[in-house]
Amino acid sequence: MPGTTKRRLLAARSASRRGTEESPVIKWLLILLALAFAFLFLLLPLANVFAQALARGWSYYVASLTHPDSWAAIRLTVLVAAISVPMNVVFGLAAAWAIAKFEFRGKSLLITLIDLPFSVSPVVAGLMFVVLFGLQGFFGQWLDGHNIKIIFAVPGIILATVFITFPFVARELIPVMQATGSEQEQAALTLGANGWQTFWHVTLPSVKWGLVYGIILCNARAMGEFGAVSVVSGHITGLTDTMPLRVEKLYNEYNAPAAFAVASLLALLALLTLALKTFLEWKQAREYVRAQRGQGVDSGKVDS
Amino acid sequence: MIVHHLSIELQKVTKQFGDVTAVKNVSFSVKEGELMALLGPSGGGKTTVLRMIAGLEIPTSGDVFIRGKRVNDVSVQQRNIGFVFQNYALFKNMNVFRNIAFGLKIKKWKRTDIKARIDELLKLFGLENLEKRYPHQLSGGQRQRVAIARALAPKPSVLLLDEPFGAVDAKIRQELREWLVTLHHDLNVTTIFVTHDQEEAMEVANRIVIFSRGLLEQVGAPREVYEQPANEFVARFIGVMNVLEPEVRDGAARIGELEFPAHGLAAGQKIRIGFRPYAVQISSDLTQYRYHAVLRHTFFLGVMLRVELELPSGLVIRARMSKEDYAHQALEDGREVSFQIRQYRVLAREQAALPPESELTYQPPPVVGENI
Repeated sequence: MPGTTKRRLLAARSASRRGTEESPVIKWLLILLALAFAFLFLLLPLANVFAQALARGWSYYVASLTHPDSWAAIRLTVLVAAISVPMNVVFGLAAAWAIAKFEFRGKSLLITLIDLPFSVSPVVAGLMFVVLFGLQGFFGQWLDGHNIKIIFAVPGIILATVFITFPFVARELIPVMQATGSEQEQAALTLGANGWQTFWHVTLPSVKWGLVYGIILCNARAMGEFGAVSVVSGHITGLTDTMPLRVEKLYNEYNAPAAFAVASLLALLALLTLALKTFLEWKQAREYVRAQRGQGVDSGKVDS
Repeated sequence: MIVHHLSIELQKVTKQFGDVTAVKNVSFSVKEGELMALLGPSGGGKTTVLRMIAGLEIPTSGDVFIRGKRVNDVSVQQRNIGFVFQNYALFKNMNVFRNIAFGLKIKKWKRTDIKARIDELLKLFGLENLEKRYPHQLSGGQRQRVAIARALAPKPSVLLLDEPFGAVDAKIRQELREWLVTLHHDLNVTTIFVTHDQEEAMEVANRIVIFSRGLLEQVGAPREVYEQPANEFVARFIGVMNVLEPEVRDGAARIGELEFPAHGLAAGQKIRIGFRPYAVQISSDLTQYRYHAVLRHTFFLGVMLRVELELPSGLVIRARMSKEDYAHQALEDGREVSFQIRQYRVLAREQAALPPESELTYQPPPVVGENI
């Protein structure tokens, strides 16, 4: 079994130090440095969020969260995520499918474009939408004439969020789909399955963990996005404030415990995302090993 | 019911991928119930031909017929073929039962019928008790059997296999070959498989189609392509062949000590001569045959032996003889022997040297020079 082999290798390595390894002193110093850094910059602030949130007791914490404006911000955040994440799942699946399964002109350009939201500053992304759909923007007059409000309203927030979170699903799926290849799908076709049946029974199950992973990351960013949303939202309390915007506003109003109460929800989301991500990475790695064993020349079991 | 004698027919099929012509003007047919091999070196176009029969590739020109019906415009799903991929392409998220059941569920078979069909197949393929296993829990041979069972489950009119023995190690390959022959014998379903291994094609198939560089070189039974190769490519690809290039001088084609009759050929012209090792007769009696040589090396190939003869001029030819004959004549390496070439043929030039029109016309080359 690969697990035991790996354990044995690790045991052997720790037992006999290699000539190329650093001395134990340097090794422990580096480890200590990394741990100290992680504690100071990651764990301490995180713990502080919860400490500050609960500084005035549990009832104040609950009251802060159930305050109508904070509650509205929570609901809006969930709404934005509930719309933008499914949209990006569809876009991501389509883009990954096109890139992994077909050869076409402009494919490398498409791959670069998918990464664009990662390289553009979120503020610039937000401004871009203001320039397009704002009152002074390209489509501003027309939209105003038809009484459609995008900027400083929920549609603008959703647009900005979709843009910012676009790469997550596609980037997770492309390598998984490329590794799977298209032979299983072709096999389904020869067995009489149509395109939809092939996608549903063969493609989707083979990328499910990558997809779930992408969705989790996409959701975390959709709920946590500040910059782009801040530019297009207009900060109308109770209407266009999402949770991150609400945190900022409460903090600026010197209501730190309430700000940290809302922030603690975002921190919880981050922790949950991290836990799920770790679990899925473990799951994917296991399936990858299986897939490797499940392909090509494998005489091990035959000979034994 | 109408009985179609032809299961598959290709008429002047060409396939281009961009600028590359993978298959060039290929025509052949497969009879109902045949076990056919598409043989050739890699890049020969054989897999493309198989995929065109399946409908996974569309011919650039030419027609494909299945049971007399032109299927160029019929989709993969409607062709009713079973296809086994080189790496089997089993659905890794489904267990053995669901893999085999997939085609039946798509075709909306009744639950009880599916169960009965799969039980039948599991038994036939020796896969009982494995139906709950996933592909990664199976051995290479088991995976291949599951892939074939899955392809056969919906009762296809033809079974297509792409390099079916390529992904298993040499030890079980032999076993699988014999198993495929038995399976074909039992089910009698028209089967076409792709291979680059001439020995495999010779051993398993009823008939062989030989490809090289997208061209069809020859179609025939294993014995036919071995004994009457259509050209030098086939002759060299199927089994061992001595190929010499003598020049015409003084009314005969000569190379080293060897002489071949050259009727009506101009002096200075070069021809190509080919002969199989078994056509060389060897005797320890130096007076028996015309040519003399030293037995340079002996290879033991089971019942038969292959020997290399070196002529005084340095020319080396390969011969084959039985163990008994070898022992009876008390032969050994370094011994001087006499020999003759019982049968040889004048080979057509390499394909590339031929004008394009004549590339595909198959003319059995004349057998010349019995007992020279």
